[in-house]
Parts: sequence; C-alpha cells; structure tokens
Amino acid sequence: MMQELSPPALEIRALRKCFDKPAVEGLNLSVRPGEFYMLLGPNGAGKTTTLRMVSGLLQPDEGAIDVFGIDALADPVAAKQIIGWLSDEPMIYDKLTPLEYLEFVAGLWNVDAAVAEARARDLVGWLGLEKVAHARCEAFSRGMRQKVALAGALVHEPKLIILDEPLTGLDAGSARLVKNVLAERVRAGATVIMTTHILEIAERMADRIGVISGGRLIAEGTLRELRDRVGTGDSPLEDMFLTIVEQDAAAA
Amino acid sequence: MSVPGSLTWFAQHEARLAWREMMSMMTAGRADRERKVAGGVIIFVVALHGIAYLVLGRGGALAQNHDLPALVGVMAGIILSCSAMLSQAMESVTRTFYTRSDLELILSSPARAQRLFAVRIGAIASSVSLMSLLLIGPFIDVLVWQGGAKWLGGYGVILAVSLVATAVAVVLTASLFQLIGPKRTRLVAQVAAAVIGAAFVIGLQMAAMFSTGTMSRLAFLQSTYVLAHVPAIDSVFWWPARAALGEVPALAAVVGACLLIFLITTLVYAPRFATFAIAASSVAQGGVATRGAGRTFRVEAASSALRRKERLLLGRDPWLMSQSLMQLLYLLPPAVLLWHNYASGGGAAIILVPVLVMAAGQLAGGLAWLTISGEDAPDLVLTAPVPQSRILRAKIEAVMECIAIVFCPFVIALLLFSPSLALIAAFGIGTSAASAAMVQLWFRSQSKRSRFGRRHTSSRIATISEALSSVTWAAASAVAAAGSWLAVIVVAIAIGILALVRSFSPSAAQLRLRAHV
Repeated sequence: MMQELSPPALEIRALRKCFDKPAVEGLNLSVRPGEFYMLLGPNGAGKTTTLRMVSGLLQPDEGAIDVFGIDALADPVAAKQIIGWLSDEPMIYDKLTPLEYLEFVAGLWNVDAAVAEARARDLVGWLGLEKVAHARCEAFSRGMRQKVALAGALVHEPKLIILDEPLTGLDAGSARLVKNVLAERVRAGATVIMTTHILEIAERMADRIGVISGGRLIAEGTLRELRDRVGTGDSPLEDMFLTIVEQDAAAA
Repeated sequence: MSVPGSLTWFAQHEARLAWREMMSMMTAGRADRERKVAGGVIIFVVALHGIAYLVLGRGGALAQNHDLPALVGVMAGIILSCSAMLSQAMESVTRTFYTRSDLELILSSPARAQRLFAVRIGAIASSVSLMSLLLIGPFIDVLVWQGGAKWLGGYGVILAVSLVATAVAVVLTASLFQLIGPKRTRLVAQVAAAVIGAAFVIGLQMAAMFSTGTMSRLAFLQSTYVLAHVPAIDSVFWWPARAALGEVPALAAVVGACLLIFLITTLVYAPRFATFAIAASSVAQGGVATRGAGRTFRVEAASSALRRKERLLLGRDPWLMSQSLMQLLYLLPPAVLLWHNYASGGGAAIILVPVLVMAAGQLAGGLAWLTISGEDAPDLVLTAPVPQSRILRAKIEAVMECIAIVFCPFVIALLLFSPSLALIAAFGIGTSAASAAMVQLWFRSQSKRSRFGRRHTSSRIATISEALSSVTWAAASAVAAAGSWLAVIVVAIAIGILALVRSFSPSAAQLRLRAHV
C-alpha cells in the first residue's frame, strides 16, 4: 500500500535524444520502488543512452526524468544523491586500492566516515575482495575491477541502482556474487534497473521486463504478461524477445 | 607483391599502420583536414628555414675552418642530437615491449616474429631520424645554400647518429630487462630516457654557469678551458664532426660504422624481443602492493576528496610524476644560477623570473591535463551529487596546490634579493599556471591517464595555446622585472591571447557530446 502512494522510483516521460540519428524517441517508462526492472533490447536500441540520461551523464534533447519524485533535469545533484551507476566498462583508479576507492566514493557522496567504512568492508566481503582489499587495482582482472566498481556504486546505499551490462566478462562465480548482492539490495528496499544481453538472468531475476527497440519501449510486463502477449506459451525468454523485436520491426 | 611473413611484408604492414596513425594524429581523424594539414606542414617547414637563417646568419663561413673551436661546436651539436635521439629511441623500444596491441596476434601466428621486431627496430630508427631531420634539416639546408654542397654531409651524420642511438637504446633497454626484470624496466627505462634527453643540455648549462657565470652554452664550449681539455684535433673522436663538415672519408667511415653497429644489434636482439614482449605481458604493472591495512576511513568533503585523490594518484605513479616533473629538471640551471648569484651578490636573478613563469605554465598544463582530461573514472565523478563546476574547481585547486609547493621555495629565495622581483615572480607563476589550467579546461577531452605522453595529439590548438600563453606571461614578467611599464602592454596581450583561445574552444555542450558519444 505504501508503495502505491510513494512516487515511482523512476519515471521517464517523452524522452528524446538525437546524435547523428535519433537514439531515444519519445520514451515513456515507469519503474516502481523496490522493483528489479530489466531493460532488454537489441544492440543500438537506446538502452545505454536512456540510462546515461537518467544518471546525469547525458543531457536529453526533450522529455522529463523523475527519480523518486525529484526532477532529475532540474535538480540533478539531488537526484544523483540517491542513484548508483555502474557501466559495462569498469572505470576505477589503477593506483588506488579497493578500500581507498570506496573511501573516495564515500567522499563524493558525503557519507559519514564510520558508516562508509562499515559498508565498504561489508561490500568487500560480499564481493569476495577481502584478500585484495589493500592491493592496488592495477593488477586486477576485469571481473575484479567490475566488482570494485559495483562496490563503488553501492557504498552510498542508493535507492535507485542503475547497471548497464554489469555481468559482461564475469566468470560464473563472480556473476553469482554480483547477482546475490543485487538481490540482497532489492530485498533491502532498493530499486534496480539493469540492462543485459544474458536473457537467462533477466528471466530469473526480473520483476518486470521492458523491451526497447529503435529508442522506444515496445513491450513491458512481467515474464508471464509478456508470454501471454506474444502467445508463445512457456517458451524461453529468448524466443519471446526475438518475436517481440521481429514483430516491432515488421510493424515499422 | 611481397611474400606474407617476410621482412618486406612486415615492413609494408608497419609502414601502412604508421602512415595511417600519423595522418589520424595530424588530422584528428577528419579526412577533410588533409589539405589543411599539408598546408600547415609546408608553412611550418618554411618557417623553420626562416628561423634557421636568422640563427645561423653567415654560418657557411664555419666550413672554411675545420679548427678545434669549430669541431667542438659541431660535435656538441651532434652529441646534443644523439642524446635527444637516444631518449626518443629508448621510449620507443620500451613501448615495443609493453604495448600489447597486435603482439598477441603476431606472436600466436606461425610467422617469424623476429622479422617483425627487426622491422620495428628499423621503424624506430626511421622515426628518430625523421624527427631530427625535420628540426635540423632546415639548418643544414641553410648551410648548404650559404656554404656549399659539402654541408649535405650533415644529413648523413643525422642518419648515422639515429642508427647508433637506436642500437644503443635497444642494448640498454634489453640489458635493463635482463638485469632488473620486466616489472621495473618500464619505469626505469622511461625515466632514464627522459633524463638522458635533458642531461646533456642541463649539464652543459650548469658547466657554463660555473665557468663563465652565464647561462650561455656557446661561450663555455669556446672557452680556453674546454679547448685545452678536448682530444687533439687529429683524433678519431672528431670524425663525426668532420663528417658533418663535409669531409667525405670521415662521412663514409662514420655512416659505415654506425650502419654496422645497427645491423649487428638488430641481428642479435630482434630474436630476443619476442621473449621480452611475452615476459612483459605476463607481468602485472606495479604488482600487488598491500598497504594501509590498519588505517580507518577518512571521508572528506567532495572537493577535498577530489584533491586528495589527485595527489594520491600522482604520487603513486612514478612514471607519470617523472614525466610531469621532468620539466623541472630544466629549473636546475636557474636554481644553480640563483645560488651562484646569491654567493656573488650579482643581479642576475632578474633573468630567473621569466624562466620560473614559463616552467610554471608548462608544469600546470601537464598537471591540468592529468586531473581534468586524464580522469580514469569519469562516470563516477559525473554521477556524484556534486555540481560539475565544483568538481572542476577542485581539480584546478589540486593543480595550483602542486604549483605552489614546487615554486614557493624559488619565490622565497628571490625574496632574499628583491621583494619586488619575488612579487612579480609570484604573480607571473600564478597567472601562467592558472592560464595553462584554463586552456586545458576549455579544451578538455576525455582520455586515459596512461596517454599522458601523447596528450599533445588530442588538441593541437590547446597545445599551442598553452605554450603561447606561458611564453607571453614569461615575457610580461621579464619586462616587469626589468622595471618597464611596457609590461602592462604585454599583460594585455597575454589576456587577449587567452580571450582569443577561449573563443576557439568548444562549447560546454560540444564537450559533453564529445565525452559521452
């Protein structure tokens, strides 16, 4: 009941962004608080562009973005305070250790030192980084770097966690750890919006799935709702996804 | 058509890549700029010939006398070129070991990798000689025009020196690799390269100051002390100088000997390069240092956290620090002069002011690039709940802190002679550093810190503007230090230059687009 009264975790209205050609065209999207929302779409569909606009990394040409009722375009600093962003390419500082990196992130988000340290140590433990917590990141594998970056996205306990292909390049064990941490954050009340090409993960973790193509939302719903809409019975998400995209392409 | 895997095939492959990379660097990836770039290169070469003419004047007369002073002067020039070439070659050789790019593809193929490395050693010699030909060639041309064809020997000497410099660089870097291992070689070789490049000039300048009390290197080289202590005029030592002065037997001997050294080095070391490259790729940079295990978190305000982060990153990257602080090596001679001046009670301190102002501008430009454009986690910083203006201000503050730390001792030392000179120096250092930082801010373009060595290629306008701004502020402070009111006019010019540069800079919207598309 409380969730119904509270503003959406993310509300996007008529969002447009054009580079050489339109990347996002009049996108409307609403994500509920505490939801694990999976954004799917073929390459170049506009998923990353959309999420970068929500995170304040890109300025939209038109449209509105509200994060928990905060107008992210009018007051980006307030919106950023409650957002955690993780891109597919882990961008961390080679010469800092994971704990120093988290200490720096805590400074940017102005988290109390004692709180930040406790959270950082928890995250380092959950993500299996204890043994390298005081080692510089320069020698880390891609998976380890991604885990450090994820810890950075979570250390200020954001209400809205946005992840763009966070599992790319992770081994099975690391992917499991990341998924567990994200599931734990959702249980704790956070909202997660994530893009992925690994449809099996979307099938298993998402509360709702949105499919973007050509910069527009072409389908949205729970797995069951999408299956009913496409009429593919209990077929895997992969079949359903391809059918939706093909139907949209044919209609266009 | 060459056979795949052969020397010529690899040479064609490398030449094509080098040409495309050079064109991409010069045109910033825009095909429509090729004509403009060609025009710019022609103007640059003509301008260099003009400068050479102004510098040399009637230099052809030197060719008439192959006496000891002439040989000393020419030989010093050759050694200077050699140290610069050796520095450049060492950096290139090190890059060959550590840049993985296509190495994995080639090393995993059945092609004989030593051929590729032989070609790459040749390519290093070519690039080293090309750079010197570009800079020294105009001087040789002017000498040929004024003194006759015998000066063409200078070209032969440049080629010979570039071959031997490359050979020495290969031997030195390979020896370092074997002695201290791949982990440390990268840093040591790059620092050594930078020191070698600067050492000869600085050494000569300091020797000049101690012997003649001025910063004039030429006066020192022609002094009776030097002439009395160099080898006899008929010594083999002077053959490179004689070759440059057009003596054909000396030229043949020098070119032949250098070519032989180069070929032997290539034959011996090219097969070993594959082993070095594999060893280098298997070593993680810097290793796993464990420190600060017992330290508790110290969370500061965003701007303090940013400044602290910049200090940490710079302090922990000795290569980066050596690259940016290398410019400070050139402050050594003025520092010695200051001390010398203090001891003798002279008034030479006045010439220090522009040197300090110029160095501050250059150092600030490098540091500002690192903090503003060389941000390795741009998404993190941009998604933080901190206004971008505050982020940029914190980064510029970090730069200005470093400048203050480096230049404060000089200003304090100047204060002992003349408070007014110290004031002018402090003002000049501050404005020059701030101007360079502003230029970097206006022309920021997202890059990796590891590309610091090639930062000049990202925006040529920024590079030229930064240098021009530093030079103008140095000129203004020099005029002010001389006590002339004309300094006001030079300051106005410096401000005008900055305004002009600002008008050329991309808008904030363009910068955002450039950073994120």
